[in-house]
Amino acid sequence: MKKYIIGRILFVIPIMLVLSFFTFSLSYLSPSDPVTLKYERMGAVPDKEQVEKLKEEMGLNDPLLVQYGSWLGRVLHGDLGESYYYGTTVWQQITKRVPNTLILTAATLLLTILLAVPLGVLCAVCQNRWVDYLLRFISFFGVSMPSFWVGMLLMYAFGVKLKLLPIMGSGDLKHLILPAVTLAFWMTSIYVRRVRGSMLEEMNQDYLTGGLALGYTKAHIIWTQVLPNSLLSVITMFGMSIGSLLGGATIVETIFEWQGVGKMAVEAISIKDFPIIQGYVLWMAIIYVTINLLVDLSYQILDPRIRLGGKNA
Amino acid sequence: MKDRRLSIRTHGRTGNMEEKLLELTHVSKRFPVGKGKSIDAVKDVSFAVKSGESLGIVGESGCGKSTIARMITGLTEVSSGVISLEGKVISGLDRRRQREVYRHIQMVFQDPYSAISPRMSIGTFLEEGLVHFGIMDRKKAGKEAENLLKLVDLDPALAERLPHQLSGGQLQRVVIARAISIHPKLVILDEATSALDVSVQKQILELLVRLQKEFSLTYLFIGHDLAVVRSITKQICVMQEGRIVETLNSEFLTRDAAHPYTKQLLASVFSVRE
Repeated sequence: MKKYIIGRILFVIPIMLVLSFFTFSLSYLSPSDPVTLKYERMGAVPDKEQVEKLKEEMGLNDPLLVQYGSWLGRVLHGDLGESYYYGTTVWQQITKRVPNTLILTAATLLLTILLAVPLGVLCAVCQNRWVDYLLRFISFFGVSMPSFWVGMLLMYAFGVKLKLLPIMGSGDLKHLILPAVTLAFWMTSIYVRRVRGSMLEEMNQDYLTGGLALGYTKAHIIWTQVLPNSLLSVITMFGMSIGSLLGGATIVETIFEWQGVGKMAVEAISIKDFPIIQGYVLWMAIIYVTINLLVDLSYQILDPRIRLGGKNA
Repeated sequence: MKDRRLSIRTHGRTGNMEEKLLELTHVSKRFPVGKGKSIDAVKDVSFAVKSGESLGIVGESGCGKSTIARMITGLTEVSSGVISLEGKVISGLDRRRQREVYRHIQMVFQDPYSAISPRMSIGTFLEEGLVHFGIMDRKKAGKEAENLLKLVDLDPALAERLPHQLSGGQLQRVVIARAISIHPKLVILDEATSALDVSVQKQILELLVRLQKEFSLTYLFIGHDLAVVRSITKQICVMQEGRIVETLNSEFLTRDAAHPYTKQLLASVFSVRE
């Protein structure tokens, strides 16, 4: 097991190297250079000679690999460069945004788990009865409706009409509710179906019948055996969802003016703020690689069938 | 050999071997398929199994034989007719009384890997029934689980293992051991050897015969392979499309078979053998 974990962590290194190279190439391949962009932001029109001089100083005329090497060296020291737009370092900007995204992610996941698991179980237990049809109908809507549309409907209902919640902004709990509900509605819709399917598959196993034959109640077997077994297959998908939420729910963060990394990325892309984009892509890469690793490791712990290094396994 | 029999023997039954243990009288099952339509999965089925004997039910898949098993165990309700165990009606019982009946009827399924939750150890699986029915406490049940493993010719050390660490044949022995652990009156074997390869199949059948002799077990053996079913049962009911078309003595199966469907089943067995 230890060997496996170390192996997996070491495997992350080449992945990160390739990813960081592509990330760096972003700005290298872009039609405009950082020096010109910086002057443009300040509203100044630099002369060509000045630009060339600065480019030479910043090493922008060096070959790609040399530039990448020195960039990587700086990144490893936590220096991701300076944002052209915000006037702060990229690191400062990311560390300011990440907590907001973490809060939104945590709230969304909590709501999703609290809703999707019991509702999915309910659907499976009441298969093809009206409760099942109703929940599947609602979840079908939830999956099909784009989140900006759901978000705007919620804004209209709770912000404009009922005046119960603020329409946009970030900070306190009140601001968190609408974006979290918007995201959770979409995610719950996906997971209700997923949990239901996985439960039904597991309920077909003979151990349910065997348990009933031993006099256990169906509810007991479902909660102690069927549900934990069926959630195993949901874990991978859940890991990916956590990844995409931590990457910032771009659309929802933007419409609700939630100051997370997703909104930061959208702003950076629209104004070609390459250092920020690079920082964002690196953040995403780290998130996905870490989540994947954690999902794999959780499998090792939760599913004995794929546990490595076990007896006879 | 002594500890093999241990508590199973002390809990053993002494009953009149000639009395009918299980009896189905004009049992039918109708499943609604929507828009007022329904299909008859089981039609007017009647048969009886004597205590300590074994009866086979043979037929192609979808003929209703597994529905019969589910109705006997109370997992599926009977549409009409009566099922009785030792003369007492067990069909249409309320949940509480059903639980008392479950205690006396156990099932062994086709796929042993599906019969045990993948995260449950073999020991816990074997202890479950003993503890749940209050036959013994968890500690004693742990010891009994080891005895049960010995009883089915397995190493007691396997109690620590998880299902995926055992072969299909070993696991089916475990499932059989649990089925008999609570000393049921009737064991229903639903295609219990169909998922195993032929050599393992033979060993399991031999085990079942040995256990039946040792503990006077009564079997209802459901299968699609005539050759397998006749090797373990005295009588065979041949089912087709929800009905029993013929009931035959296993010994004189080839001689007495009269129904075209039985003959067809027999022919298919022999054509493979030749």
